[in-house]
Amino acid sequence: MSNQQKHWEKTRGLLFITLAIWFVFSIGIFLFGAEMNEVTGPFGYPWTYWFTCQGSLGAFVILIFWFANRQEKIDEEFGFSEREDE
Amino acid sequence: MKGNFIDNLPKVYGIYTGGFIGFIIIMAIAEQMGMTAKAIGIAFVAFTVFIYALIGWLSRTAQADAYYVAGRQVPTVFNGMATAADWMSGASFVAMAGGIYFKGYGYMALLVGWTGGYVLVASLLAPYLRKFGCYTVPDFIGTRYGGNLARFSAVVVLTVASFTYVTAQINATGTIASVALDIPFQYAVYVGLISILLCSMLGGMRGVTWTQVAQYIVLIIAYLLPVFWISNKMGAGFFPHFMLADEVARIGELEQQFGFVKNAAADLKSVPKGLAGITKAHSAVNATPWAFISLALAMMMGTASLPHVMMRYFTTPSVKAARKSVGWSLFFIFLLYSSAPMLATLSKLSLIDPNLPTGIIGKTFAEVEAIDWYQNWNQANLMFISDFNGNGTLELNEFFMGGKAVVLATPEIAGLPYVISGLVAAGGMAAAMSTADGLILAIANAISHDVYYKIIDPKAETAKRLLVARVLLVIIGFAGATIAAMEIQGILGSVIWAFDFAMSGLFFPLVLGVWWKRANRQGAIAGMLGGLIAGAWYLVWVRTGGSGFLGITQLTFGIFGSAVSLVLMVIVSLMTAEPDKATQKMVDDVRVPSGKSILGKSH
Repeated sequence: MSNQQKHWEKTRGLLFITLAIWFVFSIGIFLFGAEMNEVTGPFGYPWTYWFTCQGSLGAFVILIFWFANRQEKIDEEFGFSEREDE
Repeated sequence: MKGNFIDNLPKVYGIYTGGFIGFIIIMAIAEQMGMTAKAIGIAFVAFTVFIYALIGWLSRTAQADAYYVAGRQVPTVFNGMATAADWMSGASFVAMAGGIYFKGYGYMALLVGWTGGYVLVASLLAPYLRKFGCYTVPDFIGTRYGGNLARFSAVVVLTVASFTYVTAQINATGTIASVALDIPFQYAVYVGLISILLCSMLGGMRGVTWTQVAQYIVLIIAYLLPVFWISNKMGAGFFPHFMLADEVARIGELEQQFGFVKNAAADLKSVPKGLAGITKAHSAVNATPWAFISLALAMMMGTASLPHVMMRYFTTPSVKAARKSVGWSLFFIFLLYSSAPMLATLSKLSLIDPNLPTGIIGKTFAEVEAIDWYQNWNQANLMFISDFNGNGTLELNEFFMGGKAVVLATPEIAGLPYVISGLVAAGGMAAAMSTADGLILAIANAISHDVYYKIIDPKAETAKRLLVARVLLVIIGFAGATIAAMEIQGILGSVIWAFDFAMSGLFFPLVLGVWWKRANRQGAIAGMLGGLIAGAWYLVWVRTGGSGFLGITQLTFGIFGSAVSLVLMVIVSLMTAEPDKATQKMVDDVRVPSGKSILGKSH
């Protein structure tokens, strides 16, 4: 397998992990919205309510930065990062 | 100042922010010295619009890559701010807290959808399109799939989606300009339009970028300052985001106590159009999982297909910067979105809690009608009370309000000085202008670059291309303003439709263009046109009394459109020949950050 194929395989792996986490916070937890809202969550808000106004939103911000860092590492590992003069 | 403009950006915008805060303080002092509310409103809107116009003029350019992609040198964090302003429209600013106030949980799917979409942008598209080096979104489609028909189909989808969106934004600038400057709406729409064009006409993307950063600073101050102030004044907590649990619980208690009484249809007829009462629980789960998830999903896929957002990531210096920039964009959006539910909570509690001095539920009608702010907002057609059961006291189901009033009126209800209301008007104006600018530019650039330059006259010189781009900008702006002046539909409805149109036609052709090498021209064209037509058909069908299926409503028709798009694209691609070697090589090159971009620096 060529260097580029390996790079793409790892990139795709990272995509699947990222989308899986994204799925949990955007769709997964809201499948159980009614049940989860009975429980008190962070700062005393009901859990589901808290996710819709802060939790999921914050998780997305963190997820994107985490993804960007991981992807940069993958690019470096296979020597595909950009050079400054390009 | 020494050094070039880009290196000095933090300093420039630091001084700007300081200057703006200084201006707020001067206005506050002027208010104490007797400046009228109307004069303060005019000063806020006029001063900020003047600054944007000045930035627009300073950013004028005669180069294609500066006009189309701001010279690809916008630093990560600043591009994040510009994207946030580009993204957060008049609807986000003025109407979102109102939507949460009235509809609670079911509506908050939009918060999740309008943020979660950025994960898709960052992981599926933005870095790859940046590597591609395109000027516009159809530029990517046209080059990746090849052929004028593919390019033209992308322009069609882009125009349908963006134009639906832009009329709502021009409408919002008109509403705010008409209130702040006290002129009739039909004229105010054009005042708004001229302000918008001043930012974008001379400098194109460069002008829009630097005005959007300035607009973000104004809008975020204008949103957060009142939320914190009101929360402190009500004694609800000095950092509302972490401290409103008791208030949320108290609203639930009051809902139990009052109950949601259903009004008779005959009674509701007397309520002015556009106003609504509180009929849904505030924090309880009041929508089925599918209703919530389908709306969130439609907004997320729409986010990843809207060209005016995508083209912001064409302006970063590198692929790496494009990825990080998506994170910063979402961070800056998060600051406002996480505050909207807090504002809705504070606003609702201050109105309905009989224990608070501002609470009006349970008071007699004579008492409420004597309140200054009630009279003002009743006159502005944003508040209404009516004694349906004739008992003389105001009940929860007898109080009606416009969605905009949550943002516009709450500062006044809480007893904040008028300077805050002026600030909020300036913030709303900034939000609507920045989004309108991004959208008009997206349409005009697509038509001038992809239709005029790439299809009609590939030999045109730069000067002529940019002239065409500017003329189109003005024509599209006026067309948008003319439709906005007719006031066909509400701000929020048309915004949501724009997302559905965009995802119907563009989501899969864009994503598969990077992630599926086998996708070819025939498949992409079938996907774009088939998806758009299927989505539009579903919308018309449901609007004309069709029952719909799978719980897909007129707000989520993009789910149907994009499903059709995906199926068509895969089937047609597999039935026709695979893309040639050169195209496959191009996809390979797009997938790695290093190396030259596919399209040249100036093309």
